[in-house]
Amino acid sequence: MQQNPYIPITMKLVKNLVETEDRLINTFTLEFLNKQDEENFKYMPGQFAELSAYGHGEAPFGIATSPTEPGILKFSVAKVGCVSNALHLLEEGTMVGVRGPMGNYYPLEKFKGKNVVIIGGGFAFTTLRALAKYMLDDKHRGDYGDITVIYGARNPGLLLYKEELAEWENNPNINLVTTIDRPAEGWTKHVGFIPSITEQIAPSSVDTYAVVCGPPAMIKFTLPVLEKLNFTPETIYTSLEMRMKCGLGICGRCNIGTEYVCKDGPVFSMAQLKELPNEY
Amino acid sequence: MKISKEKFGQAFDALVPEYQVIAPVSDANGIAFKGVKSFSEVKQDYLNSKLPPKAFFFPQHEKLMSYKKEGKDVTVKSELKVEDTILFGIRPCDAKGMQLLDMVFKNDQYTDPYYFERRDKSVIIGLACSKIAPTCFCSSFGMSPAGSEGSDILLIDLGDSYEVEVITEKGKALAARFEALSDLSAEEQALVDKIKSAETASKVDVANTTSKLDKMFNSPFWDTLQEKCIGCNVCSFSCPTCHCFDISEEVRKNEGTRVRTWDACMAPLFTLHGSGHNPRDNKKARWRQRLMHKFNYFVHNNGAMACVGCGRCIKSCPVNMDIRQVIDGANKAELVVE
Repeated sequence: MQQNPYIPITMKLVKNLVETEDRLINTFTLEFLNKQDEENFKYMPGQFAELSAYGHGEAPFGIATSPTEPGILKFSVAKVGCVSNALHLLEEGTMVGVRGPMGNYYPLEKFKGKNVVIIGGGFAFTTLRALAKYMLDDKHRGDYGDITVIYGARNPGLLLYKEELAEWENNPNINLVTTIDRPAEGWTKHVGFIPSITEQIAPSSVDTYAVVCGPPAMIKFTLPVLEKLNFTPETIYTSLEMRMKCGLGICGRCNIGTEYVCKDGPVFSMAQLKELPNEY
Repeated sequence: MKISKEKFGQAFDALVPEYQVIAPVSDANGIAFKGVKSFSEVKQDYLNSKLPPKAFFFPQHEKLMSYKKEGKDVTVKSELKVEDTILFGIRPCDAKGMQLLDMVFKNDQYTDPYYFERRDKSVIIGLACSKIAPTCFCSSFGMSPAGSEGSDILLIDLGDSYEVEVITEKGKALAARFEALSDLSAEEQALVDKIKSAETASKVDVANTTSKLDKMFNSPFWDTLQEKCIGCNVCSFSCPTCHCFDISEEVRKNEGTRVRTWDACMAPLFTLHGSGHNPRDNKKARWRQRLMHKFNYFVHNNGAMACVGCGRCIKSCPVNMDIRQVIDGANKAELVVE
């Protein structure tokens, strides 16, 4: 973290890629301008950063790259508001601001020696991709048991990171399950909502952690499935979103009870969330 | 020890060239803390200012940085110029409020440089309250109208002179500039003792409020409590411990500044997500947040209540919401069995 936590470092947008066929999600690849900035930006999967589109403002986004991918950061951003629209329109080569890394990260220490089931829906797959990528790295793969990824979107065109998914299909180190909501021409993988596909795949909960991110409805219906499979609130993790400004636990808007999602989250176990008021 | 007001005035005026000196003055809206050039400008007899003096550390509108875009490039500049500052005449409730704000602007991970640059370069001369307003209730929180917490020097008004109490090292350095200090007479000592033992007439019992609120998130208490509130935010803006802010950009052509501005948890857009989802999309949830934050969450996180009993929110509220009654209501509310 830089000395003044309100001042972004400058990074170069080297790729502005339209990620989904509805053209609502772009993946930005940002390049560090110098070694020092990269050195100071030590992060882990699950953390986020505040991206600045100068002239428009800044907003928080999960980091989609893993620290095992040096020199760059990637963010997959849906076009919803002023900042995200401005970011989408940036020409490659434009300088943007980045403040971070912020927040906590997936409990990779706890995951060591265990199996990990990653369940993601829609464009909430960004930091989950970072998590899988990190565990799949040669240096880390031996630390974890089976890695299962269950990932779904409304239709094939809305899946993120399609090339990488194709690679993972043939990678013996990871068990990838992709699904879409309704049948589509040319689609040969699973069809169905995440909760029912999870039930069908029935990953064992023995020595296993689950990480679930997605739209609220998906989470709501996936949790009972995991419960049926004997996952406990202590072994299920999720990452939350909140409106944020400072990202430092000071400006006061992202709290759930006593916890600031920006500083104490965004990653929480279901056991932790059960102790907090239902206000998110 | 005491110093005559005449001698104090001379010392005060001698400090003006070296410091930005902030003191209470009369203005169109009542009493306000403003920069002064001479002790003669200072309002001597006042209850308290309309707005708390927190703005000298946490301005209502503040530049965080500026930038200039040229083609695809950008240059970012941050400059923070802070003068050595003396705040004179700060009431004990507001001085305590600064201590509570310190807990916000420095947490387990981050320190806010803008706030603490100013804080570190300032000295607070507190002035004990000789008069107590009916809306004052600081004694509820273990404080008192002559409390010294948060002040570097505390003065007690004895008529023609001030009793001087040095509280901190910073205060000690500044008090070295005071000349012709003398001992208190027995009569004056008695007056000091009387002022120091004074309590606010109005008090609210907060002994069990935090633990009660632990169990009240889903209480029907919140349903009706907030009905008359119009969400104007004056309670937040006039509160010495409220600290929520927004960060936005002010842009002209290819140049811009990033600024932070006071914000408030009573504003509906405060928590609105980009998706349209809003975790606190109704007044009930926002009032619950306001009360819970001050009397429950803040206590769990920082070990103190985020209220100093200054009574500004009570005085300023256009619909007569009274935080004392709200606390009292929470204390008495029946618990729902969940």
